Amino acid sequence: MNSFLNTIWSSIGKKWVMAITGLSFCGFLVFHLLGNLTVYGGPELFNWYVEHLHSLGVLIKIAEWVLLFLFLVHVITGLLLAYENYRARPVRYAVSKTAGGRTLGSRSMAITGILILAFVVFHLLTFRSAGQKEVGDLMILTNWFHRPEMVAAYIMAMAVAALHVSHGFWSAFQTLGAGHSGRKSKFKTAGIILSLVVAFGFGCIPVFISMVS
Amino acid sequence: MSANASKLINLTLKVWRQKGPDVKGGLETYEAKDISTDMSFLEMFDVVNEGLILEGKDPISFDHDCREGICGACGAVVNGRAHGPEEGTTLCQLHMRHFDDGDVVVVEPWRSKAFKIVKDLVVDRSALDKIIQAGGYISVNTGGAPDANAIPIAQEVSDLAMDAASCIGCGACVASCPNASAMLFVGAKVSQLKLLPQGDIESAKRAVTMVETMDSLGFGNCTNEGECEVECPKGISITNIARLNRSYFKARSLFKKGVN
Repeated sequence: MNSFLNTIWSSIGKKWVMAITGLSFCGFLVFHLLGNLTVYGGPELFNWYVEHLHSLGVLIKIAEWVLLFLFLVHVITGLLLAYENYRARPVRYAVSKTAGGRTLGSRSMAITGILILAFVVFHLLTFRSAGQKEVGDLMILTNWFHRPEMVAAYIMAMAVAALHVSHGFWSAFQTLGAGHSGRKSKFKTAGIILSLVVAFGFGCIPVFISMVS
Repeated sequence: MSANASKLINLTLKVWRQKGPDVKGGLETYEAKDISTDMSFLEMFDVVNEGLILEGKDPISFDHDCREGICGACGAVVNGRAHGPEEGTTLCQLHMRHFDDGDVVVVEPWRSKAFKIVKDLVVDRSALDKIIQAGGYISVNTGGAPDANAIPIAQEVSDLAMDAASCIGCGACVASCPNASAMLFVGAKVSQLKLLPQGDIESAKRAVTMVETMDSLGFGNCTNEGECEVECPKGISITNIARLNRSYFKARSLFKKGVN
């Protein structure tokens, strides 16, 4: 095996793959949120944003394929790491307590990751396919978030995503070797701020739409 | 009578007993009676073992050596915490005054695929030795000792190296890691040598060979949970893991095909 594959297959290499793909999604979340914020500007602004996004044409197609690729790599590597980590302790402890290092976010990465996967599939099946039917774009949102169970489901999904980001963002920097101050790192604070932005930024949109419509 | 005066307490121990590496083990219950709160956890074991020997039973096997927290021989998971509930102590430094009369104390060996149980609480930690053999050394020419101050080293740098070098190799980081990863151990060993000019020369090769060996021994992957840092009796920081991550990739980018 050549040096590159050797590196990627090492424990640190797989973690780097997780870190780089994960940070890409953090960037994607920020841009996705910035776009979604046009909802607050009313139907005209939102439809203007959607039209401009669609007018990018091939660029959007490329971005979608890149995101899909990063997503698959992140999910498969994550599952592989989780499996290896499970295997590393064949006999579990009868009593297991946290010493205080773990957080709710860090201990639930695999579970929140799988929930996000399920959400993304659901989200794409509903909104992406709907967006190609040439219906008024904001109409899709209002129809959808007219149902309180959908508003609740979306808010919960965003809470899960925020939990994932709360550990993932900081963890990525630590893995990339930037965690100079360890558990008291500034990246940790930044990750928590980003997770709150994700939770409230995305989470408020369904509430806003259901209230307006 | 002062509040700190010793008293006698009774405990119920649930200790992992296992006759050998490939024998099925299980938790067994023992009553530890009239334990002085001045005793260390290991001295409490000594008292219980004396009782077991008098009864003609097999005493509990556990690793120990210096009993002053510097050798790294002792260690067990006490009520779910590596080296017990106190931070910055090894098991031999854990005193019984941290327990209350009537407590139930569950004692288990370090659990990791890479650490095979020898007997009861004794685990084979030679996996850590194998990692050291893979690169935890520096190469120097024999001959006369070099001048003491020929290579200047900044105080902050030598402090960081010394902090990393305080690792006693007890294995608590592996035991407390939710993934049974040895990254804090390897991070500390790589850092202690890399930070100093004498060790920096071989740092690229060292990072690669030590990580490769670590991976081959069945340790888990680091997910930056931070449990190891809290449980480390020497308080070694996970910034050493970040340094290892940096060193490893710097090394990998330098290493060409066939060189390693």
